[in-house]
Amino acid sequence: MEKLISEFSIGLFFWQTIIFILLIFLLKKYAWKPILDAVNEREEGIKNALLSAEKAKEEMASLQSDNEATLKKARAERDSLLKEAREIKQQLIDDAKNEAQSEAKKIISQAQETIQNEKKAAISDLKNQVASLSIDIAEKVLKEKLSDDKTQMNLVKDLVKDVTLK
Amino acid sequence: MNSRIELKNIRYSLPLLFSLIFGLSMFASPIETDSKDEKKGGDLKTEIKEYITHHLKDSHSYSLTSWIDESTGKKVYLEIPLPVILYDNGLHVFMSSKLKHGKAVVESNGNFYKLNYHDSKIYKTNKEGVFDYDTDHHPLNETPLDFSITKNVASIIIVAILMFLLFTGLSKSFAKNNGISKGLGRFFEPIILYIRDEIAIPNIGEKKYKNYMSFLLTVFFFVWFLNMLGLTPLGVNVTGNIAVTFSLALLTFLITNFTANKSYWGHIFWMPGVPVLIKIVLAPIELLGVFIKPFSLLIRLYANIQAGHIVLYSLIGLMFIFKGILGSSLSFGLAFFISIIEILVALLQAYIFTMLSALYFGFAVAEEDH
Repeated sequence: MEKLISEFSIGLFFWQTIIFILLIFLLKKYAWKPILDAVNEREEGIKNALLSAEKAKEEMASLQSDNEATLKKARAERDSLLKEAREIKQQLIDDAKNEAQSEAKKIISQAQETIQNEKKAAISDLKNQVASLSIDIAEKVLKEKLSDDKTQMNLVKDLVKDVTLK
Repeated sequence: MNSRIELKNIRYSLPLLFSLIFGLSMFASPIETDSKDEKKGGDLKTEIKEYITHHLKDSHSYSLTSWIDESTGKKVYLEIPLPVILYDNGLHVFMSSKLKHGKAVVESNGNFYKLNYHDSKIYKTNKEGVFDYDTDHHPLNETPLDFSITKNVASIIIVAILMFLLFTGLSKSFAKNNGISKGLGRFFEPIILYIRDEIAIPNIGEKKYKNYMSFLLTVFFFVWFLNMLGLTPLGVNVTGNIAVTFSLALLTFLITNFTANKSYWGHIFWMPGVPVLIKIVLAPIELLGVFIKPFSLLIRLYANIQAGHIVLYSLIGLMFIFKGILGSSLSFGLAFFISIIEILVALLQAYIFTMLSALYFGFAVAEEDH
């Protein structure tokens, strides 16, 4: 210990302290502060870049899922549109069918009515013709069998009786 | 293009610095001293022992080598003279070459000074330069206050300039390369980050570590570089000098106690959570701890570097004691091995000093969280 104290040089201690403190302040101003600031800045930069990359990734993912949802929605809409169209088509066909049927029925019924009328007219015409024919016949018969009136009359009567309308 | 030129500048600045140092050795003048009274007949062992103890001490000149001129029988020193600054009722400034390794009396402003070769100290003497010795062969002469730029002070200045150039170069390279360091300083950037992330933040805490970063970084590189400089053939022993480690530990002590918060003092004088009797017993122990902690810092660094130098010098000395090829090569191998260990120790001691300083700062600013 005594040797240590005798070795202790106040001059060296003085210079060491002065130079070292000076060195701390000089390096603090011109080296450590700029170096640590630059390193911090760089580290912040890296951190921010990583964060923004992560963010971009997330955004991309959300965008993709958005896209998918839109696509799904569009598909559903298309499907529903198609379905609607199909329904409309079916309805149109059905409607057309129904209308056609009813029209056809109408036409048929009209035709039947016309036929009926025509038939009636024809029958009455026939009747008239038969009547005139029978008159003609009767005339001819009468002309032939004028001699026997009685027989003639009976004949006519029978003839007329035989003529039945169907 | 600019950055490339800048890079070249940094690259050239280091060799420039070294050539400056060695350029100074051009001015180094061989100093001849009479070697008659040197212990010529002394055996090799004591000579080596003296050589080692002499080189562990600070010196007033930057000695490079010395030899004995065969023709004149005089010892010749090749060294860079450094200024001697004494305070003794006024400043006395002269170059160390005048001292002639204790062979000459220097007259300055009417006072006479002489270097005592055995303890490398300058004493005030009479005109003839006579020492009055006590029974243990210690001079009883008056010692002036010695503020000389000694070998250690010069080494400290060189390392300080080196650090300033290196780290300002690094800080400038960030701005010029979009936040990426370039050049020689780039090697030290991971170390700076290591000190921040593994030493400062875990020990001091995220909130307050920034206030201590300048001290921690400076002390780490300062101790490391000086430790490494001590392993060069220049043979300086700065961090193995008690005055230097005392100064460093004193700064740690002052910073710890001046930035300490209420909780820190509370834990020292009135330990919370223990019975009153134990509180009274603990207070002096804790108070002692305040001084012991930095004291351990100064002794640890001093002892490690000092011991490393002694072992290394001794092993090199062994090469001359063992004259045979086997013994010499064995001690050469050992010296080589210890040199490599010492390179590790240089880094380790710098790390431990920084780490423990950060730990003490951490104690001082710890928040009360229990």
